[in-house]
Amino acid sequence: MKGMTLIVKTITDFVVGFIVVFGAYIVLYGHLTPGGGFAGGVIIACAFILLMLAHGKDVAYSKLSEKAAHVLDSAGALAFLLIGWFGVTAGFFFMNTFGRGEAFRLLSSGMILPLNIAIAFKVGSSLFLVFSALAVFRRRSFRAMIEDELA
Amino acid sequence: MNPLPLYVAIPLGAAFLIPLLGIWWRKSGETLAPLFTLVLAIMAVLQVTRPAAVYHMGGWAPPVGIALVSDGLSTLLLIAINVVGFLCILFSLKYMQTYTGLTKYYSLFMLMVAGMNGVVVSGDLFNLYVFLEVASIASYALVAFGVGAEELEAGFKYLILGSVASVMLLFGIGTVYAVTGSLNMADVAREIAMRFGGEMNPALLLAGAFFLMGFGLKAALVPFHAWLPDAHPSAPAPISAMLSGVVIKSLGIYAICRIFFNVYGIATGSAGSIIFANAMVTFALLSIIVGGLLAIGQWDYKRLLAYSSIGQIGYVMLGIGVGARVLATGGQLSVAGLAILGGLFHMFNHVAFKSLLFLSSGAIQHATGTRDMKQLGGLREKMPITSFTTNMAALSIAGVPPFSGFWSKLVILIATIKAGYTGIAIVAIIFAFVTLVYYIKVQREILYGTVSKLVEKAREVPALMYVPLIILAIACVGLGLLYPVVGPRVLEPARDALMNSAEYIQLVLG
Repeated sequence: MKGMTLIVKTITDFVVGFIVVFGAYIVLYGHLTPGGGFAGGVIIACAFILLMLAHGKDVAYSKLSEKAAHVLDSAGALAFLLIGWFGVTAGFFFMNTFGRGEAFRLLSSGMILPLNIAIAFKVGSSLFLVFSALAVFRRRSFRAMIEDELA
Repeated sequence: MNPLPLYVAIPLGAAFLIPLLGIWWRKSGETLAPLFTLVLAIMAVLQVTRPAAVYHMGGWAPPVGIALVSDGLSTLLLIAINVVGFLCILFSLKYMQTYTGLTKYYSLFMLMVAGMNGVVVSGDLFNLYVFLEVASIASYALVAFGVGAEELEAGFKYLILGSVASVMLLFGIGTVYAVTGSLNMADVAREIAMRFGGEMNPALLLAGAFFLMGFGLKAALVPFHAWLPDAHPSAPAPISAMLSGVVIKSLGIYAICRIFFNVYGIATGSAGSIIFANAMVTFALLSIIVGGLLAIGQWDYKRLLAYSSIGQIGYVMLGIGVGARVLATGGQLSVAGLAILGGLFHMFNHVAFKSLLFLSSGAIQHATGTRDMKQLGGLREKMPITSFTTNMAALSIAGVPPFSGFWSKLVILIATIKAGYTGIAIVAIIFAFVTLVYYIKVQREILYGTVSKLVEKAREVPALMYVPLIILAIACVGLGLLYPVVGPRVLEPARDALMNSAEYIQLVLG
């Protein structure tokens, strides 16, 4: 059986959805309550990392493939830059040109919300990729690499 | 429209666009990176025609918002970074074909360019730190790009030492913020000038020491040089050329100049300014001596070049340090100006000849498969173009007239003697000859002499690799002979930007 014990797997299946929802909440309300794109992105990445720890990498990749993570990673950063470009239409890079809306509503603070979402994609998928890279490289020890080099 | 944010936005966008497209399109890096860097190089050269300007990010005026500033010094560095960046990318197209993961290579390369451009246009201390980290982290990864044991070790060493420097810088910036309550460089400068009138309090002195150490490590000044002789030879040749040609200058020398001349301000008679100027001159002399002596004994071509970089950075720092000391002790302004101009001129020349030398070392390694000087020899017959350009760079860096290196060293030495530091000048002259000694060794062991077994099979590298070499070789001669054209447009505005910190404050804060 791949991954950890049945107990861990069952609990993981229970909580993964809640973790993603909580992460999304942190991202979406980042401009109103403590949190933001980075923190929310980390929480969302944690859900996938938990899946990988409990079920092994195949299950985790079936939810978010490596390729999809790479796409989200670059697209998130590009989206951030693109939103910055929108500011140029009003004169300056990163000028807050989007409608500000009514204070304390979800759609208030202009471009902060889209920027948070872009950051969340970037940070979440990057962290997932970093973790999966570490999980892959773990199998090959440093000693083995040195011995290969010497041989 | 003011193009300043584009220097960061274009390479940053390219850095994420290349891996995104690279998932479906294998050649995305090879196609997009030369295009974007060419645009940047043209923009940077045209920047000369623009007056000094300030850009308010997000429309927020400083000191509240982040300002991007382009004055003479920034323009000088922008030209160096983007032109050399374009040439290194051209060289990479063929040279990097033996490596895998090329989209990552080009992505990291663009990220490094974005970070360096950000450092030189930033008008905000913390923003400078962030861009410095972007450029540094990209360069750590690029040094280890070969993922052999040697490369990984060098990359890891560079990572650890670079992180120590970054922590020091962060601590220094925090201290400056605590003392002055601002992060905008011009605002900090105004605050220091108004509150302390040139005399610094102990907290600022401590922060200055941290800056000198942190940026000194990025510039590889002795005694903070330990990472460089490992990192530069291990990296792929275009990256060595970038590291030695522009990274140590934009993250190290530029930042030291900006902080100590424009932010701290060199005030006449100020004890603090004299301490920092003395430290700069001391580190410069140590670098000249240690770099020169260690270079002689090297048999690994790239390692020799790496030690030579330490020595030459010493000359750059010597010019700037002597200038600072003359200003601080109340000497003649013209002498200080000459010393600083000499330092900046040597830095600009070093960009040309050291990137040329590292690229040619890559060409030689590409053709013969080795960089051990004992196994090379007689390359002049097999690789005429590479040998010719290597010769030009070696003569230039060794200070043979009429090449550019001669003029810049001459200016530094004249200024040092005029300032009354004859002893220092004599040491600098002796080590100029040491430079000549190890470049004669390069010529004798690699270019001339009997044709070795490895060289017999060597063929001249393809055009994409030697065209950048030729362009840089022309720069090696042109920067010296065409000083009347280059000097007043590029170098003298940079000197004036350093000498006149009041003007910088006026420019940013209006």
